[in-house]
Parts: sequence; C-alpha cells; structure tokens
Amino acid sequence: MPKDGGIGDSPKRREDVRFLTGTGRYSDDINIYNQVYAYFVRSDVAHGRIAGIDAEAAAAMPGVLRIFTARDFEGVGGIPCGWQITSRDGSVMNEPKHPVLADGKVRHVGDPIAVVVAETLAQARDAAEAVVIDIEDLPAIMDMRAALTPDAPLVHEDMGTNLCYDWGFVEDNRQAVDDAIAHAHHVTTLELRNNRLVANPMEPRVALAEWNAAADEYTLYTTSQNPHVIRLLMGAFVLGIPEHKLRVVAPDVGGGFGSKIFHYAEEAFCTFAAKALRRPVKWVSSRSEAFMSDAHGRDHVTKIELALDENGKFLALRTETLANMGAYLSTFAPSIPTWLHGTLMAGNYTTPLIYVNVKAVFTNTVPVDAYRGAGRPEATYQLERVVDKAAREMGIDPVDLRRRNFITEFPYATPVAVEYDTGDYHATMDKLLALSDHAGFEARAEESRRRGMLRGFGIAHYIEACGIAPSNLVGQLGARAGLYESATVRVNATGSISVMTGSHSHGQGHETTFAQVVGDMIGIDPAQVDIIHGDTARTPMGMGTYGSRSIAVGGSAMVRATEKIIAKAKKIAAHLMEASEHDIELKDGRFTIAGTDRSVAWGDVTLAAYVPHNYPLEEIEPGLEETAFYDPANFTYPSGAYGCEVEVDPQTGKVTVLSFTAADDFGNVINPMIVEGQVHGGLAQGFGQAMMENCAYDADGQLISASYMDYAMPRAADLPMFTVDSTCATPCTHNPLGVKGCGEAGAIGSPPAFVNAVIDALQRGGHDVTHIDMPLTPDRVWEAMQERGVRDA
Amino acid sequence: MHDFDFVRPQTVSDAVRALATPDAQALSGGQTLLPAMKVRLAAPAVLVSLMHIPDMVFVRADGDVLRVGGATTHAQVAREAAGAYPALASLAARIGDPAVRSRGTIGGSLANNDPSACYPAGVLASNATIVTDRREIGADDFFQGMFTTALEEGEIVVEVRFPIPDAARYEKFIQPASRFPLTAAFVARHSGGARVAITGASESGVFRWHEAEVALTSDFAVQALDGLAVDADGMIADLHGSSAYRAHLAGVMTRRAVAAIV
Ligand SMILES: Cc1cc2nc3c(=O)[nH]c(=O)nc-3n(C[C@H](O)[C@H](O)[C@H](O)COP(=O)(O)OP(=O)(O)OC[C@H]3O[C@@H](n4cnc5c(N)ncnc54)[C@H](O)[C@@H]3O)c2cc1C
Repeated sequence: MPKDGGIGDSPKRREDVRFLTGTGRYSDDINIYNQVYAYFVRSDVAHGRIAGIDAEAAAAMPGVLRIFTARDFEGVGGIPCGWQITSRDGSVMNEPKHPVLADGKVRHVGDPIAVVVAETLAQARDAAEAVVIDIEDLPAIMDMRAALTPDAPLVHEDMGTNLCYDWGFVEDNRQAVDDAIAHAHHVTTLELRNNRLVANPMEPRVALAEWNAAADEYTLYTTSQNPHVIRLLMGAFVLGIPEHKLRVVAPDVGGGFGSKIFHYAEEAFCTFAAKALRRPVKWVSSRSEAFMSDAHGRDHVTKIELALDENGKFLALRTETLANMGAYLSTFAPSIPTWLHGTLMAGNYTTPLIYVNVKAVFTNTVPVDAYRGAGRPEATYQLERVVDKAAREMGIDPVDLRRRNFITEFPYATPVAVEYDTGDYHATMDKLLALSDHAGFEARAEESRRRGMLRGFGIAHYIEACGIAPSNLVGQLGARAGLYESATVRVNATGSISVMTGSHSHGQGHETTFAQVVGDMIGIDPAQVDIIHGDTARTPMGMGTYGSRSIAVGGSAMVRATEKIIAKAKKIAAHLMEASEHDIELKDGRFTIAGTDRSVAWGDVTLAAYVPHNYPLEEIEPGLEETAFYDPANFTYPSGAYGCEVEVDPQTGKVTVLSFTAADDFGNVINPMIVEGQVHGGLAQGFGQAMMENCAYDADGQLISASYMDYAMPRAADLPMFTVDSTCATPCTHNPLGVKGCGEAGAIGSPPAFVNAVIDALQRGGHDVTHIDMPLTPDRVWEAMQERGVRDA
Repeated sequence: MHDFDFVRPQTVSDAVRALATPDAQALSGGQTLLPAMKVRLAAPAVLVSLMHIPDMVFVRADGDVLRVGGATTHAQVAREAAGAYPALASLAARIGDPAVRSRGTIGGSLANNDPSACYPAGVLASNATIVTDRREIGADDFFQGMFTTALEEGEIVVEVRFPIPDAARYEKFIQPASRFPLTAAFVARHSGGARVAITGASESGVFRWHEAEVALTSDFAVQALDGLAVDADGMIADLHGSSAYRAHLAGVMTRRAVAAIV
C-alpha cells in the first residue's frame, strides 16, 4: 500500500487548481512597464532571393520605433545546432548558416525577413503591412528525392548540396545484412512515409525580453521546455551574453510536445532588440504564425526490408530513410533520425543483423525537429508495420510472429548499440490480449459484418528509450550538450521544503509527482514540499524536459539530493539525541535511535540546522540544502503492447476506433493517475498522426494545411475510452526509483496499431490492401479500396 | 483587425440605411466575417449588426411553411424548428460546435454561400424563399456559385420561408479538420416531387442532383437510385478528397438520406 500522497499513490494534480481556475501565469500574462511589441514580416514564398526591402514608409508610421532586418544582425551569431552527425564517409554533416533574420534569401514560407517594433501590436502590424519586400522567386525544393539529384536547385548554395548527412548504422554490419537479406527464405518489403506533423501546443510561443541598463542584465521570458539550454545557446552562440548577465524564465507553459525545446529566432530577436531599443520587447505568436514557424515533426520516407527464415525468425533488417530537415537545422534536428531512431530498430526482437541508412535532406520547408517521441515513433512505425506485413505474407498470426522473436533475456545488447536492462514483452502481450478480449474478436467481427461494416484488430509492440544518456557517450555521438539533470533540495527551518529542479513541467504534473517522491522519502506530508522550476535564476543548471526524461533523470537527481539531506539530517539528529548517526533511522518524519523509543521530529532537526545552538559545528555546516547532478548510466527502456479495434465503413472509407488497449511497462510508477493521463495524451496524439493530422505543402512550397480549417486535430469525441494498464512493471535497474518514463509511449506505440487495424479490417473485407500512408483519412482509405478492388472469394 | 465603427440598428430600415454608408458591411454572428477581419482579409469601415433587430430573430411555423428570421442563430433553429421541420433543425444542430451555433445565423450563412456550408443544401432542397429587405428570391435563383448569391450590395436577408416537405433528411459527411461538410446531401420529399441538394462537393457551390430527383419523384426508394452517379467533373479536389471521392460521397449521402426517410 502506498503512503497517503506518497510514491504509488494518485493524489490529484496540485497545479491543476491554477490551470483550471485561470490563475496560471503564462508568458503572455507577463507584461513589463513600457514594453513594446514586435511583429515579424515573414516570407510568403518558399524560396527566393531578397532583391530589396523598403521599410522607409513603414518606419515613419505612427508608433514605430524601429524596423530590423538582417543588416542589424551583422556580427551576431546564427541560430546554432546542438548536434553534429558524422556521415558514412567520415565527414561531418553540412551545417548551413541560420541567421536570426533571413539574409539574402528566404528559404521557407514563414522565414522571418524583417521585424517591426512599435508601441502597440496594432501599430506594429499596420507598419509591417507597409514594409515592401521584393523577392525574386526561385524554384522550391520540396521533394527529398528530387533534392538529391545532381542538378537540383539548392536551399543553401554555399554547401553545394541539399544533403545534410548520409548516416550508416551500424556501418560494419552493412555487408552481413545485405548477405542475409539476399539469401533469406522470405523478405518482406514496405515503403512508407511518416507524415509531417505540426505540434500545436495549446499555448503558442511567446518571447518577452527586458534589459536592465544599470546592471547590463537581460531577462527573457519564453515558452520553453528548457530555459537553461536557451540561456546557453542564445547567450553563448547567438548574442554573446555571459550567462551571469542573462536570466531565462519559462513560467507556466501550455504544452510543448518537443516544439518548445528549441532555440528560436524570435527569442534572440526580442533579447537583442530590448537592449537596442532600451525598452522591453514582446512577441506573441499567432496560431497562423505557429504553423509556419514552430519546428515541425517527423517527415521521413522509408524503405524497410525484413528477412525471415521459414519459421518466422527475424534474420536481418535493412532500412533506407530520407529524413526531411526543412530549410535550416533546428536545435536537435540531426539527432532525431539518427541516434533516436536507428538505435531503436531492434524493437522488442532478437533480430541479429540490422543496418540503418539515413540521408537527411534540406528542403524549402519549416525546419523539422523532435516531436513527442522524436525518432522512436518513426522506428516503431516502420518495424511494427513490416512485422505485420510479414505475418500476413507468411500466414503466421501477427501475435505469434512477434512472440517467436521477442527478447526474453536481460540485459540484452542489440546490434544497434544499446543494451536493454529489463523488460517482459510476453507479459505485456498477455495483458493486452486479456484486457482487449482478443479471444472474442471474431464474434465481434462477425457482428460488424452483419451490419455491413469491416472490423479489424491491430497490434503493435514498442520499445522506447528515455532519458538519453550518459553524457560522455552522447558527446561521442555528436551532442554538443550534456544530458544530466540537477536538483537542489532546500529544507527550510520549519521543515518545509523547496525543490529547485532542472526539469521543466509544461503539463506533465511535476509539481505533484516530484513532491510525492521527496515527501515519501522523508515521511512528511507532500504538501510540505514545493517544486520550483523554469527559472535560471532560481534553479541549478538543468537540461529541461523532453524525451520522457524527467522522472528518470530529474527525479533521480532529486532523490540523490534528498539522500544527502537525509544523511546530514541524521547527523544532526544523532547529535541532538547524543547517539551514533549509524543508529539513526528515519521513518514517517521522525528520527529514531534504532531499537529504542527515543526520537526527534523532522522539524526539530531542521530547526537545529538553522538555529545551531546545540549543533556539531565542528563536524558539519549549519543549514540543510543540498544539490545533486545526476548523469544516468544508460537509457531507460519502457515497452508495451498496444491493440486497437476499428470499424471501416466500406462505403465512405471512414474509420471508427472502437477500442484501444495499452499494456505498458514503465517500471515503477510514482503517480498512476498522472501516468494514465500521459498515456491518454500520447495515444490521442498517436491517433492524430495515424488518422487525421497531415502537414501538407504544395509543389510551390505553400503550406496548404496552414490552419485548423485544413489541419485536422483530434478531439475527445473522435476517440474511444482507452483501457490503460501499467502493472506489468519491470523496474529500471540503474536509477534509484526504478522508473522508466511514460510521456511519449502513447505517441510511439499507437500509430502502427491503428494502421495495422485498418489494414486488417480491409483484408478481412476482401480488399487486397497492404499499406496506406498516414493519416488514414476516409478519402485515402476509400481510394485504397478502389485501387485494390475486392479479392475473389 | 483594423479600426471600424459599429452600429446596432433596431429595425430593418435603419439597417438598410446604415449599410448605405461607404464600406459598410452587415455583421450577424461574425463566425465568418470576424475571422476574415482578424487576418485582415476584410476591413469594413462600418459594421452594421443585424442581431438586435427583433423582426429578424424568430422561428415560426405558419401552416405548411416554416419561417425563420434572417438573424436567427443555428442554436435557436435547432431548438425551435425541431417540431415543425425536424430535418432542418437537425441540420442546424450539426453546424460547427456549440459556440458557432450560438452565434452564427441563417442569414449570414446564406449570404456567405460557402461551397461547404450546410444551410444552402437545406434551403435549396426545401425550395425555400429568401425574403430580403427589397424582394423575395427563390432558392433556385439565389445560389449563384461559390461565395456568390443573388444578393445586391447592402441587401439584407430578413427571413427565409421553408415549405415543409412531407419528409426530409440531411446526411453530412464531415471534412475532418474544419468539420464543415466534405459532402452532404439534403433530400426532401415534397408532395410535388423529390428535391436533392448537394453541398461541399461542387466547384460551383450547392447544386441540385436532378437525375436523382427525377428517379425519386417516380419512386421514392433507395433502389430508384441504382446506377445513378454524380459526375466527378467539376467537383472539388483538395487535401481532403479527390473529385471522384466527393462525387461518390454525394451518392452515398443521398442514398442514406433516402433510406432514413422511407
Ligand atoms: C469553427 C466553425 C465551424 C463551422 N462549421 C460550419 C458547418 O459545419 N456548417 C456550416 O454551414 N457552417 C459552419 N460554420 C460557419 C457558420 O455557420 C457561420 O455562422 C456562417 O457561415 C456565417 O454566419 P454568421 O451569422 O456568423 O455571419 P457573419 O460572419 O456575421 O457574416 C458573414 C457574411 O454574411 C453577411 N451577412 C451576415 N448576415 C447577413 C444577412 N442577414 N443578410 C445579408 N448579408 C449578411 C456579412 O456581411 C458577411 O459578409 C462554421 C464556422 C466556424 C467558425
């Protein structure tokens, strides 16, 4: 039984009180006296040469302070990229310049060209309309394959190619993989596209910067998942501001899904302009701007081949992927199709030989970077689709085929450089089949058939890797940052606690879960513990929240700091009771001398630490505050089995999801309710990708899904009730809480389950459809049925 | 949004006068016009609200005619037409979401004549009459192609009169993003014959599927439509569906509407 409000209990999310009553404090809620407003003039063409900018008339308009263009940023650094990939031939990736404002050329619709700063937003916008920009159109480079042909026009002429890198993994396996595939009993091949997505957090991005002339200090309020990373990238690489003169605050943030990890031009612009104008400068993205300036996600085109023996054992796997980088390299873009994707290609299976080739390509589109799952959904989708297709081709039940290939012994070293510490894939599969009443499926399918509908069941088993680490390894892999996390536990004199974490909560509920952990460790009411995050002036240097890393890495740092607190508190307690510290036990907030009934309360000890009248001053310092930095030994490896049941209307192609079941292994779970909520959110986004969302450009590079009129977001009513279980737990072996992370699982594991279910339904209906590219909108499903008629019975 | 003046007349004649000022435009629910103003695609100098004209806000059954005031919201039609003309009430109840239905009006929808709007199908299949401040216009003459109507500059839709059919049904297949119709069919069985109006599908806006009407007039049954298909030529093709798909959906929605009636 978990303690009340402790680890394993499900107290309600304390932050929801302010979120649900409209008393949160988001970046746009912050207004600074005398602030002015920035409005970005953005390119409306995909590719062109800037022949001239005439801002004279605009500059004279009411309220305008100044109009900025690339010329104002001469001598200022470009937006940096945080990860360098090395190509197969040993050369480092092509890394284009990424100016704050477009310099000479525009490279995607939405590329910022000029910024008007005015007293009011309306004035800035009026003047922006009067800025005359003369652009000579260049041919738009949209198709990745065409972009790699020798005479293709170039996104960046100075690089001489549209190729960013050509990555092979593991290069030494290449020949062996080719040989195995050439000689295999059966090879299943699948070509697919992982559709481009727009993250669409509820809160659009905001930047508000202020410069204090007296101290030469800057403060930037921004919608970020990692304020310290922004401070480092922007301070050191763009604007040359020393970190002690730059404070970055990411207050309440309304969702990010990855899109708020990255350092964006608007942040650098506002910080730069605040000093130039000696006025605080604010920018608030409109939803339309978000579509063309927030980094997009996914956009891979892949050919995957799976070789099997006559018993269905996987022998080898080969993939060739084109990964769209967009027009510039966003902060972590190069790492997504490589280290966060190639390393996952073993999935849950014992495939002994794997080779992954990824060519990253520049196009005239918005930059692409991490989006919930980041690389792992792309890997899982390919793998779980090709396994399903192989099962069908070989006439083996898809559940059975997966089981024949499951990894069952741990730790398990994959041929793609990672080592899974724990897992029990048969257990999650069993759980899924039981919870989804898989045995009753045929009867339900028959009932659907009687109504003229096609019912299908789809399954996917996923692996993910969370808490990317350790730092020395990721450094070797090209990361230009460490991937530890930090926490300071500050115990106050009366025993209450402030935890300053380097993690950042933008909806995940850290204020609740993290307090549960610290409260549980000490044995005090979690209400005595507050979690502080999102401010470089208040928290230790931290790497922020993405990649489902917060509890596994940030939580571990917090545990380490709390352990230091407890160790010191025991010394103080021992002194107060004149006992040996080795005999002191902490339980339910009391320090007891083992085997006796003598004890002191938590509050007695904390008070002694700050009022050290009776205190071992010769041995330990007063005060009770500890910091820990935690660098994990390995990734964590959550996994799970997902299944869904759909019904296809053969007349319209419309798919209705009837049920969805998720059996996850997240290791130990701190707050099951919050975990369930995270899975729900991930599944909804996975559903969005699989069934509805499609970021589409036309051949000229115009974004045609540029608003909610054409970009389809899932709504609650589109989804069934989810059945979610996380009881098949195999705790992580290398972090103190035994936790793995749950934030992305739903978005990683569910898309192939949805697609597999639709294909199953069509096949059962006699349609020889083996693949449909996501999203499986009604028109695509219907078109697929038309193309591949009905099989003769 | 640019600056504009806002007037709130209480009578139709005051509204007509206000609309005669330069760059004046009628504002009803604002569900179309305000977003256009926010992205600066429209910049009227004067907005003349029609929402406070009591003579334009009502739903009334008058024998075999349902009369709806031009400034009546979708929500009110959904509630108050349910008894007299359930198919029309059901159409209104499925427009947009609750916020849109509480603001958007029948007059605004008809004046706008979005090729994917719901009301035009109901009006055309019902053979309704659009009553303006200056004349009466039959449904067959009112809709003149995408975003185009018979309305003159400054002319106001004051009322819509729907002959209540013996039976009717609206079948809507939504476009997944906007949730407007991707293609929808309104089928009405009148004593004088059947009328079938298709919205969402055609590049020329709402249209009557005459072949289906003829077939259904002689035999109001699903089988009467056997072998009939809407020509894909001239149908809209976009991100959400090809012209062939829309033509196909027009057939499916019509058949479903007929099946629901018989
Ligand atoms: C999210 C969303 C979803 C929607 N979904 C649907 C849907 O599923 N189906 C559907 O049919 N519609 C849908 N709509 C549109 C909605 O029905 C609008 O209400 C309608 O298109 C316009 O009506 P309005 O009263 O808001 O007009 P307004 O926006 O006020 O005006 C629209 C135009 O009509 C003119 N006008 C307004 N009233 C009159 C009048 N009485 N006489 C003459 N001219 C007039 C205005 O000058 C303007 O040009 C949706 C809208 C939104 C925002």
